[in-house]
Amino acid sequence: MLLKQLSVFLENRPGRITQVTKVLDEIGVNISAFSIADTSDFGILRMIVDNIDAALQALKAQGFSVRTTQVVGLVVPHQPGGMHQALEHVDKAGIEIEYMYAFAYNSKAAVIIKADDTLKLVNVLTESGYHVLQEGELMHE
Amino acid sequence: MIWNEHAECMDREQLLRLQNERLRNMVSRLYYNVPFYRKKFQEAGINPGDITGIDQLKDLPTTKKQDLRDNYPFGLFAVPQSEIVRLHASSGTTGKPTVGGYTRADLRTWSEVVARSLYAAGVDKNDIVHVSYGYGLFTGGLGIHQGAQKIGATVIPASGGNTKKQIQIMHDFGSTVLACTPSYALYLADTMKEMGMDPSELKLRRGIFGAEPWTEEMRKEIEAKLHLKAMDIYGLTEVMGPGVAMECEHQQGLHIFEDHFIPEIVDPVTLQPVPYGQVGELVFSAVTKEGMPLLRYRTRDLTTMTIEKCTCGRTLARLTKFLGRSDDMLIIRGVNVFPSQIESVLLEMSETEPHYQLIVDRINNLDILEICVEVNEAFFSDEIRQMEGLAKKIKANIESVLGISAKIKLVEPKTIERSEGKAKRVIDRRKLID
Repeated sequence: MLLKQLSVFLENRPGRITQVTKVLDEIGVNISAFSIADTSDFGILRMIVDNIDAALQALKAQGFSVRTTQVVGLVVPHQPGGMHQALEHVDKAGIEIEYMYAFAYNSKAAVIIKADDTLKLVNVLTESGYHVLQEGELMHE
Repeated sequence: MIWNEHAECMDREQLLRLQNERLRNMVSRLYYNVPFYRKKFQEAGINPGDITGIDQLKDLPTTKKQDLRDNYPFGLFAVPQSEIVRLHASSGTTGKPTVGGYTRADLRTWSEVVARSLYAAGVDKNDIVHVSYGYGLFTGGLGIHQGAQKIGATVIPASGGNTKKQIQIMHDFGSTVLACTPSYALYLADTMKEMGMDPSELKLRRGIFGAEPWTEEMRKEIEAKLHLKAMDIYGLTEVMGPGVAMECEHQQGLHIFEDHFIPEIVDPVTLQPVPYGQVGELVFSAVTKEGMPLLRYRTRDLTTMTIEKCTCGRTLARLTKFLGRSDDMLIIRGVNVFPSQIESVLLEMSETEPHYQLIVDRINNLDILEICVEVNEAFFSDEIRQMEGLAKKIKANIESVLGISAKIKLVEPKTIERSEGKAKRVIDRRKLID
């Protein structure tokens, strides 16, 4: 019920993102979701990919600082208010969101959420009738 | 283990008599054979016969690196070139290299002191000594090589570079002793990790590390990563090469082989001796050296010395603490900064590896210190907040130790240039001299 996210430490220098996507391209790893958190000096690239172990290994071999983090993939109706209603449940439960990013796939929409209490977040969302993405689920869509 | 008990455990009064005799002999050789020194003695009004012992050292002229440059390449040799059988050179800090010339007897002395050093580290003929110091003009490779051969150890003259192959050889040949710079030892450990090799698969048990300053924290890290006991060896081309001083198994300072190299600790400004235990500049007189015997050579190394007998039984004086060099000291906004201080701060924070670089610049007449720190996997968090928190913590710790502020820049692993010999720790972009 949790997704494994791949995070990569990057300095703010031209061409660094391309270096990462090149490595993933070479080993045939597909990226489903992608976001960058940046500061003036460095950034953290976060991704949901279809073969995280291969991606991790290949990036490490290229000298990147890489790690995996457990996040929640919340599926919401792809329509106005869809995400808002889901987040209201999260707020009500007192869960703090560290960061989130969203993407659309097929006719659906999903939000990747990293929270202070990930398990509680999953429980709150499933009890409220939301679907959370399973590991590998995006691959079969 | 003690290689030469007679020389290393000599009664200090007997040692003094030996040093006095050897100094008198040296002074006369310098006076008659080296015009540079004769001129200096004459200017100071000293006749060779005036010198009776080492208590008069403080009145004799010193030798600086600049003097070697001025007399480049062979001007300070005390024997005809036909007697010189080997030349070495160290990269000069600026300009021309510093040259050392050795006679046959000098090479014997050098092997002897390296043999003593290896025994002090617990290395003997049963060991396989992997020498990763560069072979060539640099004294590290051949210096350790000769001494290891003298004690009958099996020597692998690996030299520098080609790190992966070196690791393979260490693994396949069963090297038990690694001799290299401490930064290369860490580089080897990193490379092993990259190759997926566990250092416990190797048979290494001792490291003979020198040629650059390193901290206690760095020693601990090397020992943890390579599963060996890391021993500090000291030397310099001008005096001989590695083997001028060496730690014993008790690791309570480096024993100076005083029967060949007479040490003094002096105030770098007044050049007057400082009492035992006080910090000063280390000065050596290579009294038995034939090829290029330097009198009171100023090493620029700041250190303390003791003559207390060591637990190991050696009576030789020990260098107890290296506090940097009087010439790698940075003055930033009026504050004296040693790179080793910054390294200690980084290593105390277990999250960081000792891969860092100081960049000093002067912008709008203000000195700016930027410290680039490589982010290793162990502390990489995917939360910006934590990463920024780490940078802040480093900044605060540096400020509390140095008393000046620094900008901390977190950089990707392996982006700070590592040469396979000495690490480039400081980039000073300021133009402080013409």
